[in-house]
Amino acid sequence: MNFSNEQLERYSRHIILKDFGPEGQHKLLNSKVLIIGAGGLGSPAAMYLAAAGVGTIGIVDFDKVELSNLQRQIMHFTGDVEKYKVQSACETIGLINPDINVVTYRERVDLENIEDLITDRDYDFIIDGTDNFAAKFLINDACVKLRKPFVHAGIIRFEGQLMTYVPGKGPCYRCIFDSPPPPDAVPTCSQAGVLGVTAGVVGTLQATEAIKYLAGIGELLTGQLLIYEGLNMDFRKIEIVTNKSCRICSQVPAEIELTDYQNNCCTG
Amino acid sequence: MNDIKADAFVDITDVVCPTTFAKAKVAMARLSEGQILEIRMKAGEPLQNVPRSFKEEGAQVIKVIENEDGTYTAFIKKAG
Ligand SMILES: [Zn+2]
Repeated sequence: MNFSNEQLERYSRHIILKDFGPEGQHKLLNSKVLIIGAGGLGSPAAMYLAAAGVGTIGIVDFDKVELSNLQRQIMHFTGDVEKYKVQSACETIGLINPDINVVTYRERVDLENIEDLITDRDYDFIIDGTDNFAAKFLINDACVKLRKPFVHAGIIRFEGQLMTYVPGKGPCYRCIFDSPPPPDAVPTCSQAGVLGVTAGVVGTLQATEAIKYLAGIGELLTGQLLIYEGLNMDFRKIEIVTNKSCRICSQVPAEIELTDYQNNCCTG
Repeated sequence: MNDIKADAFVDITDVVCPTTFAKAKVAMARLSEGQILEIRMKAGEPLQNVPRSFKEEGAQVIKVIENEDGTYTAFIKKAG
């Protein structure tokens, strides 16, 4: 376990943290996290993981930065409008912590590429920072299939929710939500406002789950759905159980067939 | 006089809080339970806080001695 003098200083508040310590920091430095979506959720998640010293961070996003993104996607700055989000993300991470190895994928996740993205660097943990049901179900199904842990999250208006899936340690997203709602039941992004900080709160909680998993500390949100309501500042947890007839996690992983629910909701 | 045999030595006089305790903790992490770390530190903040912080985490502060150059040396035994 070797730290350079600069690392000792940069991570000193982690290293002196009881129950985290040099061991926890060492694990983070050797970890690889894939963040799918460089938007509202992915921004705080990527920035905190970079600051924390997660050694390799992969970022998947196809879109360019738009002015209307900046109210919540804090990884992108005014001068980044029109840049690809993966490029802007890579630059911000580099400014926060130049030690981080950033891997960018300018792609939209789909049936064809999701497994390759996750296995490209054999990521240890996946963060779902997408904003549409098609991608969320796809990420769940692929992670169960490839036996990878991930943290799901969703936000709308003043509210958010998250849960963590760890293979063999509890239910998957499909155990609660069997299939996506019909497209016309889902408000499009332009119809659904969101308070910017909601993304910050929930994306930061996702980063917390990732760090705990990687360092091997604490209790994860496995078997629990955390619901955050910003307007009345309420956090509550709902117990969820593994659905024995879940169409995904009750199967033999290798035999899981991915489904494409591609809708045309915007991402980010 | 010092008759304690340390298993490792770390000098934290070249860093400031909170890197002082961080550097000492990294040195301690390399030791096994029951082994002794010798830490050279400056008076003031490090002397006040570093031995105490180890104690709060369950380690045993065996001895702290003042050196001729005004620095201090603490011997800390790693807990299980
Ligand atoms: Zn399931």
